[in-house]
Amino acid sequence: MTAPTQHDSVTETGLAVELTDLTRVYGSVSALDGLTLHIEPGEMVALLGPSGCGKTTALRILAGLDEATSGTVSVGGNDLTGVPANKRDMGMVFQAYSLFPHLTVLDNVAFGLKLRGEGVGERHKRASEMLELVGLSQHRDKYASQLSGGQQQRVALARALAIRPSVLLLDEPLSALDAKVRVQLREEIRRVQREVGTTTLFVTHDQEEALAIADRVGVMGKGQLQQLATPVELYTSPATPFVAEFVGLSNRLAAEVSQGMVQVLDSRVSALPGSISAGRGIALVRPESVTVTADVDGTARVTAVEFLGPFSRTRLMTVEGEEVVAQMTSAQARELRVGDRVELSIEPSGVLVIAEDPDS
Amino acid sequence: MTKGGVGRQVRVSLPLAPFLALVGIFLLIPTVIVIVSAVYQGGQFSLDRVAALAKPTALRALWNSVVLSGVTAVVGSVLGAVLAYLIVSSPPASLLRRTVISLCSVLAQFGGVALAFAFLATVGSAGVFTVWAKANLGFDLGSSTWLYSLKGLILVYTYFQIPLMVIVFLPALEGLREQWREAAVSLGASTWDYWREVAIPLLRPAFLGSMLLLFANAFAAYATAAALVSQGSPIIPLLIRAALTSEVVLGQAGFAFALALETVVVVAVVMIAYTMLVRRTARWLQ
Amino acid sequence: MLRIAAFSLFALFFLFPLYAMGDFSTRAPGTGARTLDAWKNLVADDVLFGGIVISVALAACTVAAMLLVLVPTMIWVRLRAPWARGLVEFLCLLPLTIPALVIVVGLRDVYLWVTYFLGESTLTLTFVYTVLVLPYAYRALDAALSAIDLNTLSEAARSLGAGWAKTILQVIVPNIWSGIISAAFIAIAVVIGEYTIASLSGFENLQVVIVQIGKTDGATSVAASLAVLLFGVALLLLLSLFTRDRKLGVEAEDPALLTPAPTVAANRGADA
Repeated sequence: MTAPTQHDSVTETGLAVELTDLTRVYGSVSALDGLTLHIEPGEMVALLGPSGCGKTTALRILAGLDEATSGTVSVGGNDLTGVPANKRDMGMVFQAYSLFPHLTVLDNVAFGLKLRGEGVGERHKRASEMLELVGLSQHRDKYASQLSGGQQQRVALARALAIRPSVLLLDEPLSALDAKVRVQLREEIRRVQREVGTTTLFVTHDQEEALAIADRVGVMGKGQLQQLATPVELYTSPATPFVAEFVGLSNRLAAEVSQGMVQVLDSRVSALPGSISAGRGIALVRPESVTVTADVDGTARVTAVEFLGPFSRTRLMTVEGEEVVAQMTSAQARELRVGDRVELSIEPSGVLVIAEDPDS
Repeated sequence: MTKGGVGRQVRVSLPLAPFLALVGIFLLIPTVIVIVSAVYQGGQFSLDRVAALAKPTALRALWNSVVLSGVTAVVGSVLGAVLAYLIVSSPPASLLRRTVISLCSVLAQFGGVALAFAFLATVGSAGVFTVWAKANLGFDLGSSTWLYSLKGLILVYTYFQIPLMVIVFLPALEGLREQWREAAVSLGASTWDYWREVAIPLLRPAFLGSMLLLFANAFAAYATAAALVSQGSPIIPLLIRAALTSEVVLGQAGFAFALALETVVVVAVVMIAYTMLVRRTARWLQ
Repeated sequence: MLRIAAFSLFALFFLFPLYAMGDFSTRAPGTGARTLDAWKNLVADDVLFGGIVISVALAACTVAAMLLVLVPTMIWVRLRAPWARGLVEFLCLLPLTIPALVIVVGLRDVYLWVTYFLGESTLTLTFVYTVLVLPYAYRALDAALSAIDLNTLSEAARSLGAGWAKTILQVIVPNIWSGIISAAFIAIAVVIGEYTIASLSGFENLQVVIVQIGKTDGATSVAASLAVLLFGVALLLLLSLFTRDRKLGVEAEDPALLTPAPTVAANRGADA
């Protein structure tokens, strides 16, 4: 990773963003159901969720491209309700195809500055700085059609930041790109955002992206914010079943809860807040929390071993007929053969237990 | 090339023969006949027929044709663009939109004669509007022959020029991506800013190109004028009719070849200009 | 709103003449009553009815000829003669630059030969009409052929033992049906409305007859013209509804937008 270069003229002080109880109703469909979100100055928050969960709607309401049915939006303490989109001083990066095809890269980046009445010299200087920030200076005279998808999005980012916005909005900026480009570009976005310091809201359906670069991640489902936490917290301590199942993989195992402890797979671990309080339920256990030990008298049998490169996944069947997926280093997996008897245990960190499915 | 190679070339090309024959005999040969006959008379190269294009009648007809085509191209493209914009802003699959587009297509391309009669029924001497105007507004449209003059032709031509503009320009309007508008807005653009800095520059080549298309279309249009104007030849296509039917002694029937040559040259020049104009910029709106 | 006002103005401008045609063609001369006499003439008047019949026959022949010539040719070019693709496209779009008016002037000599071999029937116009509809038909069929994997389909059919005729008729055609219907409908509209070549070559089709009748019986020719316009709109409307229902995956462009003129956005000739 290259050392961050100092661009004093581009460093900005971020503003706080406050979304309060936002709802958005289309006819009989409720796209947003009471979203409340506070973003710290300079923070990058990712809104993560499946399509239709309301994350894009929230972003567009913040941008002013859509109007909330009720609730308020404020930036830096100023209420933005009623302020039209073109006066909100926000920079936005769209999923694709947002560069103006008839303008060069430089003119694209300088577009917002031209609208603000800045002179040619000034705006070209600022645009050049932004292009250098995203590493595309040598493409300044090219047109959008001559750039790759990743390059276009970097230009879009430069264009959004050129106007020194109070908030940066990213609407699934990586979804239209190839996998490898996505990984490179998300690092790029993170680097630039840290350098410039603008408060950022980033919408995506890709959990890896969200977990990798955001300061905090808000998981959304069905128009509601399910949990807002740091990536680590989200992963290890999911607050609702939706979050537990959306983020990362989970085993669903029969469990018994009593007095804050869970009995599952012959192990006793603590129940996470949000679990059912007592009785039988389903424990959501991460594959990497399952420890596999070879044991001739073990209560489970190996049914498959999948080599995935740096780590491997083993599929096991317990004597009760439950299927369990365990994740381990490939070195450990090499010791196991299909048909081996093993003993399973769960690591002492907590698990979330949800109510049993009435149909199961 | 080996013998097998030549044989293979022939075998691969043979199935194209019916198509090539059709196009060759019924399109290329007549065109060649026109071009050649315009400059060859009785087996000899002669510019007599082409020279006849400079005679007063022919020049007047050319001027009228240019005015007719030019005026209707400008009026048609401006009003047609407005109508196209209205259509584009309505829901895509609605029945109304489909009907409007179908009507435009019919009027623009298949309704030549029908338009002439539509006009007669509306503003002809016994037309519905004429009768109403005489009774309620006091002036008599039917007394003059304006309908059969250039003014009348201009009016009736707009009835297929505007729809043609809609059909040709609509795809360009649909090519304007919503993201561009939203990006411009997020960067601080008002509606007027967006149109001035983004939409109009993007649409300008398509607009001008369509205007050229309308010009060529009007210049070569025959059916409407022929059905409307039974006597006289104010424009080139009607002059061709006169030359072909030899009612008026305008010299030889060979005059038609020169006129046809003139027509195809004008249309070809306009189409080349159109292609050059649109070539680079068409991709923006795809 | 401004939009509604503007739409209304356009509606008035375009629909009033249609209304006027309806009014004009149903007027009883002298009295203020309505009569359908002019409309009855569509069937009752021998000459007019004859014009309708011959134009319908001409349309049918042209559609048949166009499909018979164009479909195999375009398939062949895609499968075995890709080098000819540019040539075929150019020739198909050439009628745009060479208007019917010009063609008809040079057509006389050609038709002397045609009528010498095939007689004086108006149906001989089929040949030149097929050429006239080439631009529209090419566009429609090209779009349909581009949407399928022609190579795979035909190889599969041939490897199972089908000859070319069977492959085209039973495998390819069903898959480009919407393109064929598109091309056919638009060809019908072109032929029914064609006047230039028919009249200047001395043939009598529907439009020629309408103009002739118009010199003496205004009401009937107006009725016939209105019928032609309504028929055309119905035809294209039906077509656009049909192609939407086929669900080609990508929402197909409204087929009525298939103009002879190279539309700006569809200008394939544009390269960097």
